[in-house]
Amino acid sequence: MTVTEIVVSTAVVLAVLTGIRLLSSPKTAVAGNRLGALAMLGAIVAVLLRNQVVDAPLLLAGLVAGGLIGIALAARTTMLGIPQLVALFNGLGGLASFGVAALVVLERAQAPTTLNIAASGLAMIVGGATFSGSMIAAAKLARKMNQRPMLLPGHGRLCVALLIVMTTLAVSGAFMEGRVSYAAMAGAAVAALVFGVVFSIRIGGADMPVTIALLNALSGMAAAICGFAVENELLIAIGAIVGSAGLILTKIMCRAMNRSLRDILTGGTACAPAAKSPTDSADEPPAPESAPEERAEQTPEQKIETAATLIRDAKSVMVVPGYGMALSQAQTEVKRLFDRLSAQDTDVKFAIHPVAGRMPGHMNVLLAEVDIPYDRLMELEDVNPLFADIDAVLVVGACDVVNPAAISAEGTPIYGMPILHVHEAKNTIVCNLDAKPGYSGVDNPLYENNNVVKLWGNAAETLAALIDKLS
Amino acid sequence: MNIGIMLTIFVVATLAGYKLISNVPSLLHTPLMSGMNALSGVTVLGALAAAAAAMRTGSKILGVVAVALAMINVAGGFLITDRMLKMFKSGK
Repeated sequence: MTVTEIVVSTAVVLAVLTGIRLLSSPKTAVAGNRLGALAMLGAIVAVLLRNQVVDAPLLLAGLVAGGLIGIALAARTTMLGIPQLVALFNGLGGLASFGVAALVVLERAQAPTTLNIAASGLAMIVGGATFSGSMIAAAKLARKMNQRPMLLPGHGRLCVALLIVMTTLAVSGAFMEGRVSYAAMAGAAVAALVFGVVFSIRIGGADMPVTIALLNALSGMAAAICGFAVENELLIAIGAIVGSAGLILTKIMCRAMNRSLRDILTGGTACAPAAKSPTDSADEPPAPESAPEERAEQTPEQKIETAATLIRDAKSVMVVPGYGMALSQAQTEVKRLFDRLSAQDTDVKFAIHPVAGRMPGHMNVLLAEVDIPYDRLMELEDVNPLFADIDAVLVVGACDVVNPAAISAEGTPIYGMPILHVHEAKNTIVCNLDAKPGYSGVDNPLYENNNVVKLWGNAAETLAALIDKLS
Repeated sequence: MNIGIMLTIFVVATLAGYKLISNVPSLLHTPLMSGMNALSGVTVLGALAAAAAAMRTGSKILGVVAVALAMINVAGGFLITDRMLKMFKSGK
């Protein structure tokens, strides 16, 4: 490395780290992201200058074409489409690392060290698995594939076997010569691609926040290992940073679901059919009978009336959004309600569960898109002590994250998961599609409380009707 | 490059990243993730260098394809993050 190279690389890494530091506040985050982009642009220009060679036009064409495709995809997507697009980009990054590693293997004639080749083998399998895993995740997120986990016979053993086969082939390929070596590497690549698919099909819809965080970590790792293959300090450093970020998010998501990473990777308990939901277990106290029955007799029209009265009279309203809000695109109606209530000085806040939605922080983005100020969005730990003092809670398309069975029903798949304590509020209005349990399959005892008004149906339509009643 | 130096870079970057990223509030976790996703396209640098040095036509083409794929990741990732972050507005 020359001195110039060291200076450039250090500057790029420091700029990236500063950018991440700026991401810690929404006020400076835009600048932080742009600083990161600028650092990357600088690094690309530096590499182009350093390797000024014959076929630069071809490489430039690749750069420009990729850049334009990326920009076109990112500019066109709606906020609802972001999770699948991020998964797609993640997969392409993994595939790129796979390609670079394969290139190093093919160019063995240039006598890279055995270490370089072994690193290439590893980068190939990590990149390959990231690619195929991300593609499956993207298809599931875009609802082009069944959201339910798909289980093959001997799934766990198959995963382990593929892992062993691909790692052994990739590493041993580095110590072989000629055709045998290529064959080993090719075998490792195929095993990695299959592994990515087998790994991802088993993970169900609501576990996606964890999967996508983990795949993000893997794409960073692929880039970092690639750095060992081509001896590039920037790939190593930035790949490692991305790996860190992915790991942190994975950890946070697992904690928010009270599940170990191992559980989720091995198909986890939450996907099992609701073995013991609180309503069918005999030792549960029977739900209060009379009051909810009375409410149930109300016509939908009357129920909306009741809900409107509750909201109109409330001094404080807490909105709890879930994935159902995204699906029915109810956030526009949520914003209308927010404006109307704010105009009459009702204090409206939003309680955001970390795993609500399909990727970490998903709800915040959807609400920011409809111009709800971010200082109204509150995190689980801050909001839970407040519920008892809230006049009316409005649940919009959320089920598992407000299911008190997580506290009371030992043995159910969601027992122990931190939830939003909606059941402690004075009054609750639920705008969910139906009374069916959420992804966990556990019935929600919240629905039986007599201070809960249930407005079943498309949340966007329900909210529109509710807003009409307010005037 | 010496393997010791490479490992040191890896460890230091992991720790520095871990420290800084832990401070990002959950409010911004989606943009954080897509921003990090854009950064994982850093492999474009390796692709450029490797493709420039490649001797065989096949591997040159492979290199150019890798450059384009990584660039989709970089450009798309940063743009989508920018679009998201611009939506976050304070109430005041």
